[in-house]
Amino acid sequence: MARKITIEPVTRVEGHGKVTIQLDPQNNVLDSRFHIVEFRGFERFVQGRPYWEAPVLVQRLCGICPVSHHLAAAKAMDVIVGVGPDGLTPTAEKMRRLMHYGQMFQSHALHFFHLVSPDLLFGVDADPAIRNVIGVAMKFPDLAVQGVMMRKFGQEIIRVTAGKKIHGTGAIPGGINKNLSVQERDEFLKGADPMNIKKMIEWAQAAVNLFKDYHKKNKDFIDSFAAFPSNHLSLVRKDGALDLYHGVLRAVDADGKKILNDVDYQDYLKYVGEEVRSWSYMKFPYLKSLGKKDGWYRVGPLARLNTADFIPTPLAQKEFEEFKAYTNGKPNNMSMHMHWARLIELLHSAEMIEQLLNDPDLQGDKLVAKGTKVKEGVGLIEAPRGTLFHHYRINDNDQIEMANLIVSTTNNNEPMNRAINWVAVNQISGKKEITEGMLNAVEVAIRAYDPCLSCATHAIGKMPLEVTLVDAEGNVVDQKRK
Amino acid sequence: MLNNVKCLVYGYGNPGRQDDGLGVELALRIENDEYLSKYVDVDYNYQLNIEDALTISEYDLVIFADAALNIDNPYELTKIQPAHTITFTTHELSAESILALCQDLYNKKPESYILAIRGYEWEMGLPMTSKAKCNLDDAYTFLTEFIENHFSRCIAGKGI
Repeated sequence: MARKITIEPVTRVEGHGKVTIQLDPQNNVLDSRFHIVEFRGFERFVQGRPYWEAPVLVQRLCGICPVSHHLAAAKAMDVIVGVGPDGLTPTAEKMRRLMHYGQMFQSHALHFFHLVSPDLLFGVDADPAIRNVIGVAMKFPDLAVQGVMMRKFGQEIIRVTAGKKIHGTGAIPGGINKNLSVQERDEFLKGADPMNIKKMIEWAQAAVNLFKDYHKKNKDFIDSFAAFPSNHLSLVRKDGALDLYHGVLRAVDADGKKILNDVDYQDYLKYVGEEVRSWSYMKFPYLKSLGKKDGWYRVGPLARLNTADFIPTPLAQKEFEEFKAYTNGKPNNMSMHMHWARLIELLHSAEMIEQLLNDPDLQGDKLVAKGTKVKEGVGLIEAPRGTLFHHYRINDNDQIEMANLIVSTTNNNEPMNRAINWVAVNQISGKKEITEGMLNAVEVAIRAYDPCLSCATHAIGKMPLEVTLVDAEGNVVDQKRK
Repeated sequence: MLNNVKCLVYGYGNPGRQDDGLGVELALRIENDEYLSKYVDVDYNYQLNIEDALTISEYDLVIFADAALNIDNPYELTKIQPAHTITFTTHELSAESILALCQDLYNKKPESYILAIRGYEWEMGLPMTSKAKCNLDDAYTFLTEFIENHFSRCIAGKGI
């Protein structure tokens, strides 16, 4: 009798994730699928709204990375107001960059300390009752305090640049609505320990070192777990540097050969398609030149370090060189190295924040540029989880008539499915029972990609994880809840 | 602060998703209330996160306000204790987890409650439902009295 295993975090509105593993009568894995019920209503919701509202409206999408949506929409609207992606004033562009690197810093710190460090410190097979951020707080309080303070530092950067904690208004079409005062700047540069940028850089470096120490002791696991070859896509600066705010679109294959050679993202529809599959609401993006079968790609920290030629800050560049040397300069296709890449970006973000804080352009008063309006614009940004696409078209009444968004988690749809399939084939296939350790392995594989499942909304009374075993006739054989 | 009692009302949820914004709306009402805002601090965000453990460590009384899907009454106030709540691959933390982190990291345990306000619809962008607004009005009136009574008990030496 064939069995179906379902791992289902039940959520209220959007983005509930579910893992289904289909077994044959001998318990060998026939197939596996990772479903995320993506919320697509937003694209309809913005139709008819004035274009200048988009950078604020889009923050309704997600409570985890509202800044990324805010800035991607603002970049698209820069094009529509005729300023173009390269026409912002220096103050506007640098304020946006500060906001973005603050977002990156807090998001990467949160991911590491909240979601990843419990796996590393207690082991992926540890009891989930302790393998969580509270377990870290109890056993490694100094590390947990670092996580809290790094997250708070990034949130404060966002607050002073975006203006508000919820539905920030900092970025507007063609620019920004405030600069950074000297007093605000000095709070980050000269704040009492630990709330200053020097301490943040020191702690970010320590986080990289913590991962590297773990890697040395657990090479087999880190290098082999959910590893598979793939294409990689991200923005890079025009000179090939890592740039999380702006650049050209580059894609490389598993051996490093360029598939997209630094193309203008305004033309993304020439290069990227979205496949619909009957079993998932979430689309499967692919590079058109390679087709649906072979054109899927990874986005996010690992992809970014695979596409970039160098990192333009000294400490992160040093780590980048070590990262690249590990694979002899070739793309790194090991899923668990996503954490290593993410921490190098954490360090880079802290260094970028320091550079920007020391730039007097942040106190400039030329906040907005003006141009000749056009009807259509695309904004891309490297969000914490990967490349985020926003595309809008407006009508003669300045109302949005079309919106298309490809979010980072959608870009990573196929890679997440591959990672889970790796776990299913290597750790579940042939086994008679599903153990806690196997379920943990599924979690670890998903967590490497840091997908945004359902965080934009929440309510008291939800149940976060349900595991159901269903036989070929659809009968529930077993059910576990976490 | 009143009589050395520091009180925080922390609303969380996404105001861009109809009734999901009930907690944030409650916090904003207090912020704009000339009387209450003299004695009560407010904070609000899309959701709770680890740094909120530091925030609440500076208070004696904390009320977490959130939208709720499955409660029987328009609002319910529940005293909470630190708890190790497991979440699956998300960034969400419960109020009980925040309290546990506060205790473990800062050795503080503010008296804490969840004020759950019944919501009904969670679609993007549409306004809050009229039934949820009524529940919010009732919850606000209740909370005002609760805080006043709490401070009164403190003044009488029976409080925190």
